[in-house]
Amino acid sequence: MSAANHIPASDAIIACEGLSKHFGGIRAFTDVAFQARRGEVTAVIGDNGAGKSTLIRSLVGVHQPDAGNLFFDGRARPFANPDEARKAGIETVHQNLALIDELTVAQNLFLNREIVRRVGPFAFLDRKAMKREARSMLSRLSINVPSINQRVRRLSGGQRQAISICRAVGSGAKLVVMDEPTAALGVQETANVEALIRRLREQSVSVILVSHNLDQVRRLSDQIWVMRAGKMVATVRASETSGNELVALVTGAV
Amino acid sequence: MSTPSDNAPAAHSAGAAEESRPSLSALLLDPSFWADWASVVGLVGLVIVFGIAQPVFLSVANLQALLLAAAILVVLSIGQTFVIATSGIDLSLAAAVMLGAIILGLVNAAGYGIFIACVLAVAATSAVGFFNGLIITAGKIPDFVVTLGTLSGITGLGLILSGGEPTMVGSTFLLRLASGSFGPFGYPVWVAISAVVVAHIALYHTRFGVHLLATGGQAESAGALGIRTNRVKIAAYTISGFCAGIASLLLVARIGSAEPLINTSLLLNSVAAVVLGGVSLFGGRASILGPAIGALMLTALVNGLTLLNVSAFYQPLAVGAIVVLAALIMRYQK
Repeated sequence: MSAANHIPASDAIIACEGLSKHFGGIRAFTDVAFQARRGEVTAVIGDNGAGKSTLIRSLVGVHQPDAGNLFFDGRARPFANPDEARKAGIETVHQNLALIDELTVAQNLFLNREIVRRVGPFAFLDRKAMKREARSMLSRLSINVPSINQRVRRLSGGQRQAISICRAVGSGAKLVVMDEPTAALGVQETANVEALIRRLREQSVSVILVSHNLDQVRRLSDQIWVMRAGKMVATVRASETSGNELVALVTGAV
Repeated sequence: MSTPSDNAPAAHSAGAAEESRPSLSALLLDPSFWADWASVVGLVGLVIVFGIAQPVFLSVANLQALLLAAAILVVLSIGQTFVIATSGIDLSLAAAVMLGAIILGLVNAAGYGIFIACVLAVAATSAVGFFNGLIITAGKIPDFVVTLGTLSGITGLGLILSGGEPTMVGSTFLLRLASGSFGPFGYPVWVAISAVVVAHIALYHTRFGVHLLATGGQAESAGALGIRTNRVKIAAYTISGFCAGIASLLLVARIGSAEPLINTSLLLNSVAAVVLGGVSLFGGRASILGPAIGALMLTALVNGLTLLNVSAFYQPLAVGAIVVLAALIMRYQK
């Protein structure tokens, strides 16, 4: 039950060791070892302020860790910014979803990854190709939206979450990171997003899921990592743990 | 929060209804239709009213004069559209036109030839735009404040350079630009039409256009997806400056001299045309045709009122009323 697992296993899509990050005098997390296996859903849980989000943001290049090593896809590679991480194959579904309200579903799905046709020195958007691709991306994950030409503003919270996840997965990402994907959703919408995450697992997409909903984590994930007060305190298989054990780990009552 | 059927297959949201256009009556009842097409509706309304009240309004000669008079404002509105689409505003636009005109006049008077003068004028106004964008993004200062500062700064610069005196620009090239025509339209109208076409393609058919709207809509989200929002903003301001340069050429060609005077109504009308064109002042939503037609509409308003012998004093009042009305329609849409 120790988190000290230093050498990244060969089946780890992402791994880190000795990772630390502080903001001025405030330590967000210290000496964290963590890894996520290929094709699994790996959950990171912990109380508010335990350092989950900062850890995740440090993995995907939003923050620069102060110390420690980061391995992605078998190679040591810290990311200077989110764009680098994205190019390497890590897609993040941000807590705020990073959708542009005034753009259409199709435009959002291809934002900053637009398909273009080159005409001499100019590159023009290939809107037909993008719409076609967008439809197949959505249908692959059985996501229903009224129309891909609809502005995202008009969609419900669950639909927006689904679009954001679809964008992350659709790019052929090696790893999809989701920060509290259902925090702002109602019961039915949460169920829909959970079904979507299960479909990802069936398709062997590697997922890191940050959540503080322990039941959800047990339902969805393969491996669970627990953070408390800036430290990685435990890791357990989801199938071998109970809700009570997780509560104890999160609160430090063991 | 929302309906339970959100993400589940539902008959009303299934693929069948996809892409189908709404019926005409539904379209006419949708306030967002009126907001998007306010400038077209307004223009058609004005043409009908003025056409009935003063048939001269519809004469070919008057319509040609109207288009000619609108050319400068159309070009400026396009520049302003790019900036407003990023949720900024370029208050230095008219001052940049003045600076471009003065540089054009001075370089021409110094004997460097009209072409170099024109190139330098456009380069100078583009530089003003670039500078605006750079200060706004690097200094993280509100657009409003920076361009207000530039407005004052380049007004002063223009006065210093010109000594406060107008410079005559006697150039056959500019004379031909102002008075020549090709087909039904004068050259300035063609310049405006080309600007509309190029800007429309840039906005709707390039990655830059999508990134521009994303930056204006939600800059933070756009940044999270790797869009370099600062660069996009700087580009938008540079385009605005470039448009000011083109407008300054048209202006000098039209009046035959470079005057150290700012035409403030050009600035206000450029913003007004953009609002009338259905572009959101909060950014993220824009078109080129809308503001261009908005500019035409404002010019038609002034033209028509002049033909009806309404005192020039009433014209700003009419422009103001129409702009506020358009803003109200936009608001109602939300």
